[in-house]
Amino acid sequence: MVDFDLALAKQKEIFSAIKSGLLESTLIICQHYPVITLGRQACLSGRQAKPENILAKPDQLRDIKVRQIERGGDVTYHGPGQITCYPIFNLNYFKKDIHWYLRALEQAVIDCLSGLGITSQRRPGLSGVWIGTRKIASLGVSIKNWITFHGISLNIKRADLANFKLIRPCGLDVEMTCAEAHLGNFIELEGVKSLLLEEFKRVFLLKEAIR
Amino acid sequence: MIKVVLPELGEGIEKATLSYWYFKEGDQVAEKDDLVELTTDKATFNLPSPCKGRISEIMYREGDSVKPGQILAVIEEN
Repeated sequence: MVDFDLALAKQKEIFSAIKSGLLESTLIICQHYPVITLGRQACLSGRQAKPENILAKPDQLRDIKVRQIERGGDVTYHGPGQITCYPIFNLNYFKKDIHWYLRALEQAVIDCLSGLGITSQRRPGLSGVWIGTRKIASLGVSIKNWITFHGISLNIKRADLANFKLIRPCGLDVEMTCAEAHLGNFIELEGVKSLLLEEFKRVFLLKEAIR
Repeated sequence: MIKVVLPELGEGIEKATLSYWYFKEGDQVAEKDDLVELTTDKATFNLPSPCKGRISEIMYREGDSVKPGQILAVIEEN
């Protein structure tokens, strides 16, 4: 379990090392303590957040941080039971194409879910990974000098799914779901992390990964 | 004079919203400084300055929709 601010600081540290040529593309896979983040779509012109997609009353946010950050996308929630992947990848060595990168992130998650026995898909015109009309994985990224940070999060456990009711996820009236809701039984997070790592290696043709 | 052109961002990405200027007209910039941030549906993309110089003209404001190939700013090299 990693504090969101700490994970963001680590991403930026790795980003700088990659930009300086000191480090190769790196993937962070973690869980967060409860946090609501607002991406650039949740901002007016410039960088002022518009909070209308946070539905929670102030007292409901006592134990949940709210952060305005530089990724694309609108509002989302991270918390225990959700696996968040932060690829800090130098797209100069992959493909300088934002569309390709976003679809590749989704593919890694779709293949991971397939490995768990869950069929998921993309929806035309909407980013993320879906099971029918319910969303199981959300993404939002930043790219500077064609180096990526922020990423994609996959809901696994039922426990904290209720906290999505505190927001309009991605600014949409959408129902969120999780892997456990579809398998109907307990899922071990460590196993999913390993599976995700393998799928990222396969989709992005990473040479090796260090855990 | 160097024109700062929005590059191709990816297959099927025909426009982006200009979300933030890191500098204003008249400011001095260094090569590779973050110059302007653009936002697509799920991504923000920072365009670095192509050279060292002074920003002589900014063509689009924050909130404007821009397309690949359009000139976003002009920089006088120094």
